[in-house]
Amino acid sequence: MNLILFTFIVLLGFTSYYFGRKKAYSIQSTKKRLTALPQFYGYYLAIWCAIPAFIIFSLWAIFEPTIVKLLILSDYSNQGYLDDELNLIYEKTKALSRGQFTGEITPFIKASAEKYLSLRSIAQSSKAVIVLSIIIASVAYAYKRISSNSRTREPVEKFLNAVLFTASLAAILTTVGIVFSLIFQTIDFFKVIPLFDFVFGTHWYPAKAFVRDSSEALDPTMYSDTFGAVPIFAGTFFIAFIAMCVAIPIGLMSGIYLAEYASYKVRQYAKPLIEILAGIPTVVYGFFAALTVGPFLKELGTSMGLEVSAESALAAGGVMGIMIIPFISSLSDDVITSVPQSLRDGSYAMGATKSETIKRVIFPAALPGIVGSILLGVSRAIGETMIVVMASGLAANLTLNPLESTSTITAQIVVILIGDQAFGDPKTQAAFALGMSLFLVTLCLNIVALRVVKKYREKYE
Amino acid sequence: MNKNKEQLLNKRYKAEKRFRLYGQSAIFMALLFLTVFIFKIFSTGYSAFQKTWLIVPVTFDAELMMLEQNPSKEDIQDADYYDIALKSMADLDPNANEDQENELKRMVSYFFEKEIKNELLNDPSLIGKTKEVYLTASDDLDQVFKGNYPRDLPEDQRRVSDYQLKIFDQLVANGKVESKFNISFFTNADSREAELAGIASSFMGSIFSILVCLMIAFPVAVLAAIYLEEFAPKNRFTDFIEVNINNLAAVPSIVFGLLGLGVLLAIFQLPRSTPLVGGITLSLMTLPTIIIAARASLKAVPPSIREAALAMGASRMQTTMHHTVPLSMPGTLSGTIIGLAQALGETAPLILIGMVAFVNTIPGSPMDPAASLPVQIYIWAESAERGFVEKVSACIMVLLGFLITMNLFAQIIRHKFEKKWS
Repeated sequence: MNLILFTFIVLLGFTSYYFGRKKAYSIQSTKKRLTALPQFYGYYLAIWCAIPAFIIFSLWAIFEPTIVKLLILSDYSNQGYLDDELNLIYEKTKALSRGQFTGEITPFIKASAEKYLSLRSIAQSSKAVIVLSIIIASVAYAYKRISSNSRTREPVEKFLNAVLFTASLAAILTTVGIVFSLIFQTIDFFKVIPLFDFVFGTHWYPAKAFVRDSSEALDPTMYSDTFGAVPIFAGTFFIAFIAMCVAIPIGLMSGIYLAEYASYKVRQYAKPLIEILAGIPTVVYGFFAALTVGPFLKELGTSMGLEVSAESALAAGGVMGIMIIPFISSLSDDVITSVPQSLRDGSYAMGATKSETIKRVIFPAALPGIVGSILLGVSRAIGETMIVVMASGLAANLTLNPLESTSTITAQIVVILIGDQAFGDPKTQAAFALGMSLFLVTLCLNIVALRVVKKYREKYE
Repeated sequence: MNKNKEQLLNKRYKAEKRFRLYGQSAIFMALLFLTVFIFKIFSTGYSAFQKTWLIVPVTFDAELMMLEQNPSKEDIQDADYYDIALKSMADLDPNANEDQENELKRMVSYFFEKEIKNELLNDPSLIGKTKEVYLTASDDLDQVFKGNYPRDLPEDQRRVSDYQLKIFDQLVANGKVESKFNISFFTNADSREAELAGIASSFMGSIFSILVCLMIAFPVAVLAAIYLEEFAPKNRFTDFIEVNINNLAAVPSIVFGLLGLGVLLAIFQLPRSTPLVGGITLSLMTLPTIIIAARASLKAVPPSIREAALAMGASRMQTTMHHTVPLSMPGTLSGTIIGLAQALGETAPLILIGMVAFVNTIPGSPMDPAASLPVQIYIWAESAERGFVEKVSACIMVLLGFLITMNLFAQIIRHKFEKKWS
């Protein structure tokens, strides 16, 4: 039904375009001067035909279920049911009206189901009638405007401009959506778990919260020592630190080499090859770390008499470092190439060697940009999920030994939310609280990094 | 004095050489990682494209199958194949006791009944006759045949018994074991049994997600880029939009998963585990990438084009839509493809919206539950069975193949169609 109406509106829109254009030609044939190109007459009529209809159509689709539900449940309003029971009654009614109800059918429910069906059919037909009359009214209005040869290009362009503007709001909407989806769960979480316990607690066992049943859920003392996020924050920064220990020297040195030493040919091949590392999906890195690097490190450690866990922070961090190499190398390459040649020439003229020039002149000049690229790399390392989930442990140990397993914010979110989740459970809310802290940390890093890089660019442009 | 100077100079030259060497070794290291990586994936994965078959003589005994004389197609469809299937496996060793018969049965996949049935459905005249039928070997024997299974382990630590190995070796000696191209890897959905598991369901899931992502992200991103680059006034609000876009491009992907879970599933009540929700989540992620690419290529269109159009009396909207946007399309398209390639490799957000569920059917629309290729890699990598290791690598090869094709395609579009302004 909805689909038919939808296609109908679209088809009417197209027809009114041709209709409007035809009208324009007929005006033209009476030797009158048109106020715009003929197709604008068409666009004008088509927009007036389809847009109001679509607005009504979608508003109806949004509000119809709520209104029907209210009407159905108004029969039960004075009988002292709880909200949950009312919802159950409504679900039963819907199931019965679709013929999918298997339980015991009470007369009440049967009456409701009949009412539901009649309400739905009234709603469907009245929707069709209203949408059609809206189309007729607005097309008649627009057609009158066209016939009197009033302006059509300006309104059409204004409309297009509004569409473009709305599209550009998508980025803001996404950010709002992220904050919105995180903030309510986070607030609920901190109602049960004090912020202090979360930020400074040193024990993280979300599994402990899972076994409790819902009647106990409101007692905050139960969760003391369950949601202390220190081990997780520590693990996150520790693994990111290991990753940067691999990525910074290799990335920075290859960036410098590519920018200053490499011949055109080497650069032409080496740069895209290194960038392949950035295009490999992270789940593939995770598999590589878990299957190859982890066991390799374990064997290496055993042969040296060290005890290495098969899922060590070192394996996850090291592989993550490999992943970040191209980010740092290509960004620092860009930054170094944009240092003005005059600085180099000055240094060479004073008799400095190439490496001295790089170390003493170019590097300090490019430092802000390089710091920016490193910060972006850190933000990526903190937000990386799959490598840690697959290659490092899932238990949150508070340790600084790279040979043991640790866990990160992202890995814990996955551990908690994989499978079915119950909203309202402190364990689920904990995942959103972790997500909030992750979002805030990476947001700060990104803002600082982007600002530093931008400042740097402006300096030499 | 002079000697000192020479020493100093030598020292400086040595430092120069050392520095150069550091740079070369950094590049070498990065390329080494890449090589080891690709080598490892290919060396573990290529064998998954082969599948081991046991050739077993099957007697289609009408009595055992409970078939009447001159059975119709439906009768054959409904007949009982378990007994003849079991018997043909047991006949491999005439002296087998009951336990050993059970072990013999486990040498093939649990699908063997159906394979025998299909044989008869293809050729109903086989009733009462004996024919050699290809049966899928169990994943452990598959690995033994490919040489990936350590045969020298003590018996209680392997999943293949000595007896099974003995019979298997006899079959190999008689040429009754064959390795053929593994079609079922591409046509089967996921399965708990490694020898039957395929990528068809996750492949379709990926395709649907990417299509949904493309249909949402591309128009919105292009329109937003046009507004920001061509129409937006320079004020605080548009600055704010810009900051937002740049930030979103660097927000960790898992946060988008939380967005999908908290808004799309919890508030809008969209169906869980479906490519529809996955695609919407991914589209929010790719949006900034495409906007940035589209803006860059709009910026690259020289102002003279716009000035010429305006001078001919076109309005700003006409100038943009008829001249600037078409000229910027190659760059926008290649940016879109690169963004989609990123989305195709994304795992974490899809896990959060439930696309890790075990799905053993091939989805027919974006509203059916499905996995996606990277999630399939994760699911298989987490399962303990040896047979899944090569499957994971093979799945990675398929995924990487896709990513490489998409990136090449983006390069081709960029180089072939982009106008060089000079």
